[in-house]
Amino acid sequence: MTTPTQARTELDAVTIRFAGDSGDGIQLTGDQFTSATAVAGNDLATLPDFPAEIRAPAGSLPGVSGFQIQFASYDVFTPGDEADVLVIMNAAALKTNLRALKPGGMLIVNTDGFGEVNLKKAGYAGNPLDDASLKGYAVYRVPIETLTVEATAGLDIASRVARTCKNFFALGLMYHMFDRPMEETLKFIQAKFAAKNPTIAEANRRVLQAGWSYADTAELFPASYRVPPARIVPGTYKNIRGNDAVALGIVAASVKSGLPAFLGAYPITPASDILHALSQYKHFGVKTFQAEDEIAGFCDAICAAYAGALGVTLSSGPGVALKTEAMGLAHMIELPLVICNIQRGGPSTGLPTKTEQADLFQAVFGRNGETPLPVVSASTPADAFEAAYEACRIAVKFMTPVMFLSDGYIANGAEPWQIPDPDTLRPIDVSFRTNPEGYLAYARDPETLAREWVKPGTPGLEHRIGGLEKADKTGDISYDPDNHDFMVRTRAEKVARVANDMPPTPVLGDPDGDIVVVGWGSTYGSIEAAVRAVRGKGVRAAHVHLRYLNPLPNDLEGILRRYRRVLVPEINLGQLSFILRGRYLIDARGFNVVRGQPFKVSALVKAIEESLEAA
Amino acid sequence: MSDNDIPKYSKDDFATDQDVRWCPGCGDYAILNTIQKTLADLPVRREDHVFVSGIGCSSRFPYYMNTYGFHTIHGRAPAFASGIKSVNPNLHVWLVTGDGDGLSIGGNHLLHLLRRNFDLTVLLFNNRIYGLTKGQYSPTSELGKKTKSTPMGSIDHPLQPLAVALGAGASFVARSFDVDNKHLSQVVIEAWKHKGTSFVEIYQNCNIFNDGAFSVITDKGSRESAQLRLEHGKPMVFDGGKRGVVFRDGRPQVVTVGEGGVPLSEISIHDAHDAEAGRAFALACSDGVTLPTPMGILRAVERPTYEVMLNEQVERAQAARKADLRALLNSGYTWTVK
Repeated sequence: MTTPTQARTELDAVTIRFAGDSGDGIQLTGDQFTSATAVAGNDLATLPDFPAEIRAPAGSLPGVSGFQIQFASYDVFTPGDEADVLVIMNAAALKTNLRALKPGGMLIVNTDGFGEVNLKKAGYAGNPLDDASLKGYAVYRVPIETLTVEATAGLDIASRVARTCKNFFALGLMYHMFDRPMEETLKFIQAKFAAKNPTIAEANRRVLQAGWSYADTAELFPASYRVPPARIVPGTYKNIRGNDAVALGIVAASVKSGLPAFLGAYPITPASDILHALSQYKHFGVKTFQAEDEIAGFCDAICAAYAGALGVTLSSGPGVALKTEAMGLAHMIELPLVICNIQRGGPSTGLPTKTEQADLFQAVFGRNGETPLPVVSASTPADAFEAAYEACRIAVKFMTPVMFLSDGYIANGAEPWQIPDPDTLRPIDVSFRTNPEGYLAYARDPETLAREWVKPGTPGLEHRIGGLEKADKTGDISYDPDNHDFMVRTRAEKVARVANDMPPTPVLGDPDGDIVVVGWGSTYGSIEAAVRAVRGKGVRAAHVHLRYLNPLPNDLEGILRRYRRVLVPEINLGQLSFILRGRYLIDARGFNVVRGQPFKVSALVKAIEESLEAA
Repeated sequence: MSDNDIPKYSKDDFATDQDVRWCPGCGDYAILNTIQKTLADLPVRREDHVFVSGIGCSSRFPYYMNTYGFHTIHGRAPAFASGIKSVNPNLHVWLVTGDGDGLSIGGNHLLHLLRRNFDLTVLLFNNRIYGLTKGQYSPTSELGKKTKSTPMGSIDHPLQPLAVALGAGASFVARSFDVDNKHLSQVVIEAWKHKGTSFVEIYQNCNIFNDGAFSVITDKGSRESAQLRLEHGKPMVFDGGKRGVVFRDGRPQVVTVGEGGVPLSEISIHDAHDAEAGRAFALACSDGVTLPTPMGILRAVERPTYEVMLNEQVERAQAARKADLRALLNSGYTWTVK
C-alpha cells in the first residue's frame, strides 16, 4: 500500500523541519522520520530544537518545539541551513519557524491549528493563512486534526484523544512525499502502544496510513520526490544520539578495562539522558547514583575511583561550576575520573536546551590553583562514543581526572553511526598495586608520571591521601616551598605528557595553503561543509577539528603554520582562538556567533572568504 | 574470612608516624586515643578500615589512623563515604566530621547520607565553634555567643545534631563525649555493630576557642546530675538514681524517684528500638536545663542498607541479561551497507 501513484522527481538533498506545540509529539515525529531515512540509505543530520519548559502553555510561542533533518544522496554534515519543507502544526509554530524556511519553500500547514485562540496566543492580529503574508512560499493547507479524527472513526476513542495522533498524519504526508518506508514506524507503534492500549496503537496506525493515502489520492502536492541512497562506507550502522553514544563509550571503557563503571550525577539539561542510559546497563555492573547535588555526584565518583571503579560524573556548565573544588581534589589525589560537560547556553542558567561552546575556558582553566586537566571533546553524535571512550582511557592511563566536552547539539542530535568492533578499540590496561614492598603513595611511572592505584582493603598498603600538598614520593603532608614548586610542575607535566599519547591530528583538505579552519565540538559539520564549499571554488583550504583541547596535540603548531590564515569559528566569543594565540603566538582569528544555534554553512563560507580578503 | 584469621592488634598498630598537630589539651586527642584502642579490639583487619573526613580540626583525624584514609573537601565527606560503600560494601567506613563541616557546609550531604542508610559510622565532633578558621561561631553555638564574627552575640538559632539526625531518618543515633573513654568506646562499638548509618555526636572540648563549652555536662563533679545515661530496656534515671524521666502525653518530665515522688517502676523505660522516633526526638531536643543531656544510644532501628539494595539490583540485572558489549553496541535498529 506504499507504492505511490505519481512519478517521483529525484533530488540530491532535502531539509525538512517539523514544528508544533511541545505537546504535539514533534520530537517523536522527527525521530521516526530519521529512522525511516536511515533505512532508505541516505546520509543525514538532525537538529532537535525544543523549549526548556516541559509543557509551556499549549499553543503559546514559548511552547513551540521543532525538529529539523537534512538527508541526501551524499555526505551530510549539518541539519541544513534553511528548510525546503516546513510542516507547521499551529499558529505559534508558524510565527517562530517561518524564518527557517527558504524563500519559495514548501509550507504545509495544519489549518486546524489556526483557530481564534491559536491566533491570539501566537500574537497574530489576523489569520496569516488568509492574508498575503505567506505569498513568498508554496502553501499547502491540510485540516490535519479533522482528517485525523475522521481516520479514527469507528474506534472506541474520544476525539480529544484521537487528535493527539495528528503528528502521525503529518508523518504519513512526509513519508509519501519523500518515499520513506513505513515499516519501522509501524513496528515502533506496535512496541510503544500495543501492550498498554491497543486502541491507541490502532488509531496511530490508521492515522499514519491516512496521512500517506491523503497525500497520494488527493494529489495534494505538485510532485513527490526521491532522494537516492548515499554512498556510505560499508559496515553495520545504527542511528545514535550523542548522549546515548557517551553512555555506550563509558560502558565500552568499563568492559575493555575490566573496571566497573560508577556514575555519580545530579540531573541537569542536557546531560541527564546519559544518566538515564547508564542506569539501564546494570547488567554490565554499572552503578548509577543520583546524588543530592552536583558536588556530591562528583565526590561519590571520586571515592568510587578511590575504591577501584571507573568513576564518572556528568553535568552541564552550571553544575560543572559546582564541581570545581572537587576537581581540584581529584587532580591532587591523582585518581582516574571522567567529568562529562554537556554544554548548554550560558552564563548562569542561560539557555538550558540550546547549544553553545562557551565552557572551554571553564574546562581548561576553571579551577583554583595550578590544576590542568586533559580535555577531550566530541565532534558529532556518533563521534561521542569514541571521544568518551578516549576520555576514560586517558584517565586510567595517566591517573588523572579528564574533562569530556559535548554540547546540547551533539547530545540530542542523532546521526548514523558505524558500529565499531569492540576488538578494535584501543586497549585500557589497568593494574592495581598489591605488593607492600617499598610502596610509596606518590611514586610515579617514569613515562606517564602516573602514580599507582591501590584499592583500600589491600593488606600492607594502608596510606592516607587528601587535598593538602603532599611530599614527593611519600605523599605525606608537606608545606615545603621547593616541594610545592616541584609537585605543581610534576602534576602539570603529567597532564602535558598526554600529548605524547595522541594519534596524529587529521587534516581534512589541502595539506598547506591559504587557510586552515580550526574547530572543536559540534561545529564539525558546518566547518567541514564550508571548507568543502570553498575548496570547490579553488581555495587551498583545510579543516582541522580538535579532539584534544588540553594538552594540545604536539603536531598542531606545525600544521597551523603551513597556512597563510588560521580561522577559528566557535559558538562563543573566541575561546579556542585565545588559547591558540596564547600557546603559539600565532595570528588565529575568530569567527564567533553565540545564538544558541549551530553555525549556518553559508555564514561560515562567507567568513572564510572574508578572512582571505582581510589584511 | 573467619575472625580467627584477624591479627591481634594493639592500639599502636593504629597509630601513624605523622606528628599529631592538634593544639595541646584538645579533646581530639582523647577521642583519637579511644578510637585507636577500640579498633584494635574489633574483629576487622586494619586494611579494611577507611577513615574519610572533610575539612576542619576533626577532619585531620585520618592522618593519624594507620588505616586507609581520605582527607577530602569541606563538608563533602558523606558523599565520598557513599562512593566507597557503593563500590566496596566490605570496607568498614568511618566518617569523621565536625559541627561546622557536618552541619553547616555539609549539612545537606549529611541528611542524605542518613536517609540512605549506608552501613558506616559517622563520628561528629561537636565543639560548638570553628577551630581551624580560628574562632567563629558554628551552627551549634548557643544564641548570644560572642565570637570574632559575632561581637554582639550570635543571632543564629543553634541546631541540635541528634534531632537533625533523627529528622533525617537516621537508623542509629547516639551521643558520647571526649573524656569518658569507656562510654565513648561502648557507643562506638555499638555504632560499628549497627547495620546502617550510625550517627554518633561526640562532645569535644576546644580549649583554645570555646573552653569549657560542655564542662557542666562532662565534668566529673556535675555530670551525674547533668547527664541522662540511656540504656536500652532500663528506666531513665540520673543523679545517682534520685531523679528520673517520665513521659506524660508524649512529653518528658523530670521527677523525683521514690519517696515523695514517683516509684522507680513508673519511670519510663528507654526503648532504643522503638519504631516511633517521637520519644528519641524529645530527648534529642533536651536543652540541658529542663531535661538532663542524654548520653548513649537514643535510637537504633533496623532498615535495609543502601549498598545491599544497590548490589541486589545489579545482581538481579546481571542474572536477567548477559553483559555482551558487541551485542549492546549492535542492539536496536541497525542496517548494513555493503
